[in-house]
Amino acid sequence: MILVSLILLLFAGGIVAWLAEYLNPKLPRWVALASLGVALLLLAQMGPQFSIDTTEARAGQTWDLIFIAPWIPRFGIQFIFAADSLSYLMLLLTVVLGIIALISGWNEIKQRTGFFYFNVMWVLAGVVGIFTSMDMFLFFFFWEVMLIPMYFIIAIWGHENRSYAAIKFFIFTQVSGLLMLLAIIVMAILQARLTGTLSFNYFEWLQIANQGLIDPEISRYLMFGFFVAFVVKLPSFPFHTWLPDAHTQAPTPGSVILAGILLKTGAYGLLRFVLPLFPEASMEFAPIAMGLGAISIIYGASMAFAQEDVKRLIAYSSISHMGFVTLAAFAASTVALQGAVMTMLSHGLSSAALFAMAGAIQHRLHSRNFSDMGGLWQSAPRFGACMLFFCLAALGLPGLANFVGEFLVLLGSFEANPALVSIAALGMIAAPVYALMVMQKIFHGKPKPGTELADLDGRESGMLAVLIVLTVYLGFFPQGVLSLLEPLLNTTSQLALVATGTSL
Amino acid sequence: MNASELFALLPLVAMATGIVVVMLISAFSRTHATVSRMSAITLLITLACLPLVSSVTPIGVTPLLIVDGFGLLFCGVIVGASFSICLMAYPYWHVRDVEREEFYLLLLIATLGAMVLVLSKHMVSLLLGLEMMGISLFAMAAYNSRLKRQHLHADRQEESDRSLEAGLKYLVLSALASALLLFGMALIYLETGQLDFSRAPFSALGTTTLIFYAGTALLLTGIGFKLSLFPFHMWTPDVYEGAPAPVTSFIATISKGAIFAVALRYFVGSESLANPAVFTAVGIIAALSMLCGNWLALMQKDLKRMLAYSSIAHLGYLMIAFLALQTQSMRFAVEASSLYVITYIVTSLVAFGIVILLSSKQTGTSREISDLQLYQGLFWRHPVLATALSIAMLSLAGIPLTLGFVGKFYLLSAGAEAGLWWLLAALIAGSAIGLYYYLRVITALFTTGASKEAQWEPGPLYASSSAILLVLTINLIVFGTFPQPLLESVQLLTTTLAESTSFTASAQ
Repeated sequence: MILVSLILLLFAGGIVAWLAEYLNPKLPRWVALASLGVALLLLAQMGPQFSIDTTEARAGQTWDLIFIAPWIPRFGIQFIFAADSLSYLMLLLTVVLGIIALISGWNEIKQRTGFFYFNVMWVLAGVVGIFTSMDMFLFFFFWEVMLIPMYFIIAIWGHENRSYAAIKFFIFTQVSGLLMLLAIIVMAILQARLTGTLSFNYFEWLQIANQGLIDPEISRYLMFGFFVAFVVKLPSFPFHTWLPDAHTQAPTPGSVILAGILLKTGAYGLLRFVLPLFPEASMEFAPIAMGLGAISIIYGASMAFAQEDVKRLIAYSSISHMGFVTLAAFAASTVALQGAVMTMLSHGLSSAALFAMAGAIQHRLHSRNFSDMGGLWQSAPRFGACMLFFCLAALGLPGLANFVGEFLVLLGSFEANPALVSIAALGMIAAPVYALMVMQKIFHGKPKPGTELADLDGRESGMLAVLIVLTVYLGFFPQGVLSLLEPLLNTTSQLALVATGTSL
Repeated sequence: MNASELFALLPLVAMATGIVVVMLISAFSRTHATVSRMSAITLLITLACLPLVSSVTPIGVTPLLIVDGFGLLFCGVIVGASFSICLMAYPYWHVRDVEREEFYLLLLIATLGAMVLVLSKHMVSLLLGLEMMGISLFAMAAYNSRLKRQHLHADRQEESDRSLEAGLKYLVLSALASALLLFGMALIYLETGQLDFSRAPFSALGTTTLIFYAGTALLLTGIGFKLSLFPFHMWTPDVYEGAPAPVTSFIATISKGAIFAVALRYFVGSESLANPAVFTAVGIIAALSMLCGNWLALMQKDLKRMLAYSSIAHLGYLMIAFLALQTQSMRFAVEASSLYVITYIVTSLVAFGIVILLSSKQTGTSREISDLQLYQGLFWRHPVLATALSIAMLSLAGIPLTLGFVGKFYLLSAGAEAGLWWLLAALIAGSAIGLYYYLRVITALFTTGASKEAQWEPGPLYASSSAILLVLTINLIVFGTFPQPLLESVQLLTTTLAESTSFTASAQ
């Protein structure tokens, strides 16, 4: 019930925020912040259920807070909400970054504030739905519902080329989503033929998958349907072209949400659905998927290096970092999967910070272009220091969260495919090149006459301080998160290992 | 004919009586308001008759008609849609200087024709219904050409000319289609000796002859014209654009729905789709309709024209469920296609309803508001109307939360169940193209810097027309999110078609 109230809270918060505009155009952001604050409290209340002790005590029984109610009995579709440690971490990330996104755009959105915060809240509600729904129809429902408000955020409050970017984003995600819907339907029909009742229940599907009742041939197609949808969202090469446009054109809070949260839904889908439901097909497909991951890492990094636009550069770096997740997901190793989740969390934090700062620069200088910047450290030392910190985080400096994630990914995947992992490791060299280039072009060099950057104000410093603390904490003490995930990811990687064993 | 058979005809009788009353009223006391109100009441009474009649169904009435759950479901949809058009058309005609009263008469007659169509189980009643509807529609499509010519502004003059063109085009092509259909029927009759749909199933035919193929091909061509499937779609954009908006909405919703329903009945009964050649032909038509319809809609600048091309694509989608008829999952296919037609009708009514309402401008200096440029920034001036149009567009695109998604879900399920993979691939490709132009409309609605041209004000909104539009829009969302009641009733009502026909077919 607590999960349902979390989702309803965010939906309702959005509606109230919209209405609040009629009282005062400054009210909606406070409404949104308040409901996210309450959401954070709700999550804190759930916390004890997902601590390491309780997970161990429950031994294998990883699901909690299950809520079931009928929705469309005609097709055996139900409202099933449940959470495990993975969902819980993702929910925390969503709500924390949701708050960060609000703060990052606190003064940027001046027009039609009510509708803007309505859209932000509905995106977040959709994402919470994605991370908690365990009925596949319901999952798809949230998957698509989240698109519409995101489309509006880009199309209405975006920058110069906004409608192009918004439509491209929408079409890419929707079409790949349709493939997934088809796969979901076929899977449900198969399930009905095997058991006699139509059901979209994830747990029942898992049983069928574990018993190996799905024809391997069909399983391949089904896996592919899910895979495409998730990989487009991730995004991985060659389905990434929507991302640089969407990120660049979106307003700051939109970019923060896109990079920090929405990309993670794709990664979550790979870990939650593709691997456990189709272990054999996934393992057969692993060389190609890992290859795509490795290409994304190198391609993203080299494209990032070639950019002249701050936001575009960060967008391409996201493609590079998410490549590690694809690589790890198909490596059939617990360590790699732990690294993948760690990368999801740390990339969420660091990319949110980078986009927030890029947005702040654009807000001040009205440009995202490197050629309009240079030598800004003198006028904005605090800004420069924060940027330096997150650039270092992004390039994988040991002691910060991103390093832990990427290191574990490479360590865990090496055994599965040494050649590809060696190539992927080159990404660790490419990252410093583009990350330091950002520093150099924006903050170093001779100051341009007339360009001064106002330094971070209290709001921005506070927001970045929180992200810095979290990044450092996860960098030094990752064990808490890792052990929390271990039982769950162990089962997933076991499935995959068994699958490789049988297919050999 | 016994008492219960006569009773089963109650909706048709009520409708016909209402038509006579409306005719007398418009002869003796001509006022727009009275005639419009009386027509609405007639439609409401007919609607109320439908549940009464359902107690005696399914029942064959004369060799021509059958009153069953399927027919009543479609009658309900048709009459409901006609009622909505009747209410929404009032402000539209109120600002136009024509003889308004006869429009309602034609509307009612066309509706009666559509009802006959969906209840028919015989070639003769099919043709009767088709012509009753078609002939009223020629006059309706050309209705704006009756705008009084003196003191006519240039824009209105153009509106009048286009309407005439639309009427003529529809007349010629519809007549051609009817002729082909008739010839097809004759050939089929030659082959089977039967005019009743279910009396001569394909399985009973010993050998398939050239005559059977020729007849079925002509029949398909005729139906393809009426449903505007590729490659018989050429008339659609011009007629949609030129005809007055209320008439366009009739052609898009009721006319297509009724013809599809009767085609469904015919193909279920005659089992023609079991023939692989026919099956392949329909499959190709379907795939091309989806792709070409969506492709041609991409660059349209006129909302009505765009919706015309989009309707070609949607009818193509619908053909997926239609092709699933001849498989194991026939019952589900009937359910899926009925549901899809309903979702499409409701969605189109909302989309066209907005055009009708916005085109009810008092000033009389401009023609219909269907140029997409005029929709720029509408959301910031009229949030409710723009939201309704956005919801309709999302529903046409099949995005969750809307009724259109439920329809698409059904189609995908029916197609997957029947294993029609290539058609499903075409559907996904078509939807990808389709998204672009639906989003283009939404983008226009939410544009912030609207051009000067788009700074117009619509006329006053009448309570009844706005109310019906609001109700339809709310239904799009409510049944899109909680479809269970709708699905249950459609499932219940359509099973009778699957059962009754398979029963008669096996009894032969």
